[in-house]
Amino acid sequence: MVSDRAKMILGRMAQALPVVAGVVVISFLLTRALPGDPAAYFAGPAASEASIAEVREALGLDKPLVQQFFLYVGDLAQGNLGTAISTGQPVAADLASRLPASLELTLVALLLSCAVAIPLGVLAATRPGTWVDHLCRVLVTAGVSMPTFFTGIVLIYVFYYLLGVAPSPLGRLDFIYLPPPTVTGFHLIDAALAGDWETWFGALKQLVLPAVTLALFTLAPIARMTRAAMLQALSSDFIRTARAAGLGRGKVLYGYALRNALLPVITTLGMVFSFTLGANVLVEKVFAWPGIGSYAVEALVVSDYAAVQGFVLAMALLFVLLNLVIDIAYALIDPRIGFS
Amino acid sequence: MTQTSRRDFLKLSGGTLGAAMLPFLKAIPAHAASGEVLVAVTGQTINSLDLHRTGTNRASYQVAVNCYDRLVSFGTKPAPGGGLSYDYSVIEPELAESWTISDDGLTMTFKLKPDATFWDGSKVTAADVKWSFDRAVSVGGFPTVQMKAGGLQRPEQFVAVDAETFVIRLDRPSKLTLPDLAVPVPFIINSAVAKANATEADPWAMEYLHTTPAGSGAYKVAAWQQGQQLVYERNDAWVGGPLPAYKRVVLREVPSPATRRALIERGDVQMSFNIPNKDAAELSAKEGVTVYSTPIENCIHCLCPNTAFEPFRDANVRKALAYAIPYEAIFQTAAYGRGAPMWGGPAEIADTAWPRRSPYMTDMAKAKEHMAASGFASGFEVPLSISLGLADWMEPTALLLQESFGELGIRTEIEKIPGANWRTAALVEKRLPLHLENFGGWLNTPDYYFFWAYKEGHLFNSSNYRNEEVERLVDESLHMAMDDPAYAPKIKRLFEIAFEDLPRIPLWQPALNVAMNGAAGYEFWFHRQLDVRPLEKATS
Repeated sequence: MVSDRAKMILGRMAQALPVVAGVVVISFLLTRALPGDPAAYFAGPAASEASIAEVREALGLDKPLVQQFFLYVGDLAQGNLGTAISTGQPVAADLASRLPASLELTLVALLLSCAVAIPLGVLAATRPGTWVDHLCRVLVTAGVSMPTFFTGIVLIYVFYYLLGVAPSPLGRLDFIYLPPPTVTGFHLIDAALAGDWETWFGALKQLVLPAVTLALFTLAPIARMTRAAMLQALSSDFIRTARAAGLGRGKVLYGYALRNALLPVITTLGMVFSFTLGANVLVEKVFAWPGIGSYAVEALVVSDYAAVQGFVLAMALLFVLLNLVIDIAYALIDPRIGFS
Repeated sequence: MTQTSRRDFLKLSGGTLGAAMLPFLKAIPAHAASGEVLVAVTGQTINSLDLHRTGTNRASYQVAVNCYDRLVSFGTKPAPGGGLSYDYSVIEPELAESWTISDDGLTMTFKLKPDATFWDGSKVTAADVKWSFDRAVSVGGFPTVQMKAGGLQRPEQFVAVDAETFVIRLDRPSKLTLPDLAVPVPFIINSAVAKANATEADPWAMEYLHTTPAGSGAYKVAAWQQGQQLVYERNDAWVGGPLPAYKRVVLREVPSPATRRALIERGDVQMSFNIPNKDAAELSAKEGVTVYSTPIENCIHCLCPNTAFEPFRDANVRKALAYAIPYEAIFQTAAYGRGAPMWGGPAEIADTAWPRRSPYMTDMAKAKEHMAASGFASGFEVPLSISLGLADWMEPTALLLQESFGELGIRTEIEKIPGANWRTAALVEKRLPLHLENFGGWLNTPDYYFFWAYKEGHLFNSSNYRNEEVERLVDESLHMAMDDPAYAPKIKRLFEIAFEDLPRIPLWQPALNVAMNGAAGYEFWFHRQLDVRPLEKATS
């Protein structure tokens, strides 16, 4: 059984290789296919033909496309993602500093979202048609129908501007704190590791509003999926059998129904995580969050090839990893594959 | 220490702080008396600490201003619309103590201040100036182009005579040379530090200075987290001007204008730099917030009919456009009345002031007359191109233009071009038939504006305009002294031609808006970036 599982994991990883190779080629070609001339852009406001040509040569964009591609792949093989012209830093360093910011925000938001959405979905499913069900429906409809930047601005307006209970929406940490020594890049974890609770609370406070904003947005798919899956599970034969056998309500609900219902919820969660990580750029802008979404958008706007390619590649790797984790989570949860 | 309100925090001593925070925080309580730290927010991102590097964006130019010195600087004058402005007509010493210009105007000799030192304590010498100037003319790209505007092109032109004497030799005398030494580009670098960090592949230490400035300026960079913040710390040994009031200036990057507005209204930040016109109009009515809207010198928002395309070769069509523009509505809708109108001026050109109002105003009857007299009386179709990067003013303007031109039978479709392609399409390839444009010249003389925007082939002449007389007049006036008796007639003639031929139809002069809450002393600069040096705590 164990070796089967290991084989499955290895198999899944092998399947990911062509995907990554494809992403490398496509991201390279797509960035080149974008209209816009980075050389003209980076040559500055008063550039002449000659100075644009100089810049083009300095960026290596005067070489044939095939040669540029092999140079890029050669660099990639050595783990070098290139240098982002727009920031002047190695792309790997940029990603390393910004990806954790986005991940921290997204993960906290999803935890928050799950903590509300799954119980809400279960409650709604066990009492269909009651006020709990209606409340659930209203909440998720409201959450998903308001764009994130709007929710974000409303939250800032109410909790920061009017009530003054939230801290200044100035990114991950107010300027009076120094970021904790980087271990994971997650401020909450790093500050805890350093035992620096002052900064930990500072980071948490900054995190609350953006996380709530994102959580409100991701509430809907999770709660709806939980409700639907629970309804289906509760009406299935094995639950009827379990009830007929006289099992306790809690055992039936949480031991059998929920465990089965979690499978589609986990799938949804994976998808929600993926799109949230990419789509939280608006939240990042509103809360001045130095995340990966705003980095990618800024790089795209100025046709910064290396940065865009690095971003696409990092996201692809992340999703491959995420799907792997979800597959493994399936194996743990699905009673048909389960160990017990 | 459960209260972490910033004001309380700044008053605290360093003793209560966690060890992990010490390197940065230790410094704040040391100058913790309130009013020693200024927090400013901006929507732009600083992507390099070295202006000379390829790819350095405009927002980063402020590092060259605040952290480095130039030989000379501009004076200060009251700005139209309140506050202060730099004064193009007055050149003041910065690192140079004095200077002389030879009678033939070809040799400029600068004496450096003997007590000027870099941050590491070493003396600023003429050799540093030469190395820095050599770098600016050698690295290519924007700095080299800007140096060339002042006639500074080759390293051989720069001579370090002795430690405190620096000489520039010019190919021809030009009124633009001295002002060009006061723009952000020719800043003076600690060449010993730079050379120690240069490599064979990188002789100008571009990699090192990109993240580590080495200058003599009023502020040092205490911290830079790209995409988040830049922290300036005062250099108490600065000799370039009066010592700045703030010991520390924290510049936070906040992309969302709504968030920036909440921060400045609440007073948690003392300054919000470069705010949208709408916020400026609304914030100026708020108690406690002061808004400065300074018309940007030598900058005009224009509608450009491209003379490479058939209907716009016809002078009557261009005039019809100029009379059909709903100027006032555009100014109120797109600019919220911030800036200066550029229409409805006198027909007679009596002086050389620039930007100036054009003699055109909204007059549909005249527009229709010109249209009927043109070869396109039945109208035509044309795309009206705007940049998505500048959509805040271009989009409302374009919509109003579209409506008005429709009445003339000119059917326009608004073409939105992504910011990254805009430059290439509008300025490099010059392939947009009808578009909006907003060139602003750093050096504040009309001939400089005409040089970039009206001469054939030049970058900002996006209308492909060519007029033999303009070519000649610009060449003659560009380096001529402004008090030369021959100067004014040439410039007036240029204005006449510009308003007659209309390759660029002026709409309005835009403003740079800055909001302050608790701070004062803001000074407008042509480079449109934040100069933190003159800022001080507001006395209330």
